[in-house]
Amino acid sequence: MARAFTPKVLTANRLIEGDVVYYGQSGDWVLSHDDALYLTDEVQANELLAAAHKQVDLLVGAYLADATLEGGKPVPTHFREEFRTRGPSNYAHGKQAEV
Amino acid sequence: MYSYNEFDKAFVQNRVHQFRAQVERRVDGSLTEDEFKPLRLMNGLYLQLHAYMLRVAIPYGTLNSAKMHQLAFIADKWDKGYGHFTTRQNIQYNWPKLSDVPDMLQALADVDMHAIQTSGNCIRNVTADHFAGAAADEVEDPRPTAELLRQWSTDHPEFAFLGRKFKFAVTGSENDRAVIKAHDVGLRILRNDAGEIGYQVIIGGGLGRTPMIGKVLREFLPRADLLPYCEAIMQVYNALGRRDNKYKARIKITVHENGIEKIRALVEERFIIQRAAFGGYDQVLFSDIKAAFAAPDYINAYTDGFEASLKTDPAFRSFVDTNLSAHKNPDYAIVSISIKKHGDTPGDATSQQMRVMADLAEKYGHDELRISHAQNVILPHVHKSHIPAIYAELRKVGLATANIGLISDIIACPGMDYCALATARSIPIAQQIAVRFEALKLEHDIGPLQIKISGCINACGHHHVGHIGILGLDRAGVESYQITLGGDGTQTATIGKSAGRGFSYTEIVPAIERLIYAYLDIRQSTDETFLETYRRLGLEPFKAALYPETSIAAE
Repeated sequence: MARAFTPKVLTANRLIEGDVVYYGQSGDWVLSHDDALYLTDEVQANELLAAAHKQVDLLVGAYLADATLEGGKPVPTHFREEFRTRGPSNYAHGKQAEV
Repeated sequence: MYSYNEFDKAFVQNRVHQFRAQVERRVDGSLTEDEFKPLRLMNGLYLQLHAYMLRVAIPYGTLNSAKMHQLAFIADKWDKGYGHFTTRQNIQYNWPKLSDVPDMLQALADVDMHAIQTSGNCIRNVTADHFAGAAADEVEDPRPTAELLRQWSTDHPEFAFLGRKFKFAVTGSENDRAVIKAHDVGLRILRNDAGEIGYQVIIGGGLGRTPMIGKVLREFLPRADLLPYCEAIMQVYNALGRRDNKYKARIKITVHENGIEKIRALVEERFIIQRAAFGGYDQVLFSDIKAAFAAPDYINAYTDGFEASLKTDPAFRSFVDTNLSAHKNPDYAIVSISIKKHGDTPGDATSQQMRVMADLAEKYGHDELRISHAQNVILPHVHKSHIPAIYAELRKVGLATANIGLISDIIACPGMDYCALATARSIPIAQQIAVRFEALKLEHDIGPLQIKISGCINACGHHHVGHIGILGLDRAGVESYQITLGGDGTQTATIGKSAGRGFSYTEIVPAIERLIYAYLDIRQSTDETFLETYRRLGLEPFKAALYPETSIAAE
């Protein structure tokens, strides 16, 4: 039996900078997880993922990451995805410094 | 040290041009990521968690000041002002932009460096004893052998697409500082009864998910037979090694499944054929390479200043006690510069620190630097009269930490702070352990102790051969840290044993503290090291310290 779909956000890295980006509520690729589109519909999620895979001149390695809603904003459910929202813990580099 | 000849220069320069064109084609959409990925990996460029990462080869960990200055320049111009020295004696930049990488490779090529074969299923950067050419206990400098292997294995068409990556390590001393028994092929230079130089050949070592200690394939291989013999090993592995399962593809599994006797018979059979194909030019080449690694022109000077500083400056004395090693010239010392200041990231050096180390090497160190697999930097040839001045300069930039070989001299992989493969973080655990034991002021009382931390089962942090190994895993969506005890990466190599269930991110540092207090309680004397105590008493007393609730329940 297929596993039940759980809510997701669509994420990738930007081709040139390598930054972590999310497919946003605006339809653009955004840096902040807060602004990611919260996907509750499996068909829509897969369609957006397929479209992201075609954006070869903009993105690398698109995938769907588990998320949940807290205070109306999507938040990651796994610590790996949580780290991706902010950057490394040893320096204030990456998003935590730039977003 | 070896300098590139015209062939080397042209080869590396050509690669830069090729990669520049490949990046252009990727950016303009002519290449898909699937097409581009193997090309970028061949040039050391990974996509990690937050950004790209460029892994630059430092062959057998040897640098001169010009190269170190260039690494600092690259860190400032295209990265965030620092670099990360790795357990493979390489340096990694954590924040390059794809469009800048061709310029970074050009800057490397300008000083005879590159990032070729730092990734992919090929023969990787050949590593060596970081005290090579300087150690008092050395039979011979292992770097000419490592350089010969580098030249032979670079772009070797037969071995560019192996079943899995393949790593050589070379040592010229019986005291193994290059972890040769945990490599696909480990070579130890030795002298036979007739006084001839040759190699003990060890194969099938490795860490990762199936840790194995290498086995002796040949007790003594004459020098002239090295390349044909290595070629025979590679051919047997290439033919026999598994390609059906990535996790069973390393030569350690090939040796384990087929048995060392069968592998030996096949290698020896193949070796006869290969030896006939080598016309002896490799040995001509070797002579030229060896000349390039001639010992420096040692200076003659008094060492009175050094002796006086030892008597008057306790902090200097502490630095000397921990960070100096015996040099083959008694007026000289090998100075290990700790890149492990308490609370800092193991192996990370800022561009300013790199420049200071480069300048010290140029001024006082016969222009030589080494990177150790323990993620420290070495000045291999320092006249003792210069050590007080070096120490003073190092102090100014936070590089005078007197902790080489102590509990805070921790090997840690980048872990989930950077690495896309990681299952948990390593760096903050190392930072917290170092800070904790610095606060307890116990470090020097504890004595020699190696903690090695990996953020996943691939074991880049060598946790299996740490006296205390820590492996970070993802257990049901939570970081969990397993402890192994009794590992050893030297000539008495041993895989550590698991101490039991894992600890959470917040539990692991207190667990290590309990372990250390238990050791201090049960050691026979202050001279008995942690590893010796473990070997005398085994796991049980340490398990009791790690899991007090279990031991109470059992009483």
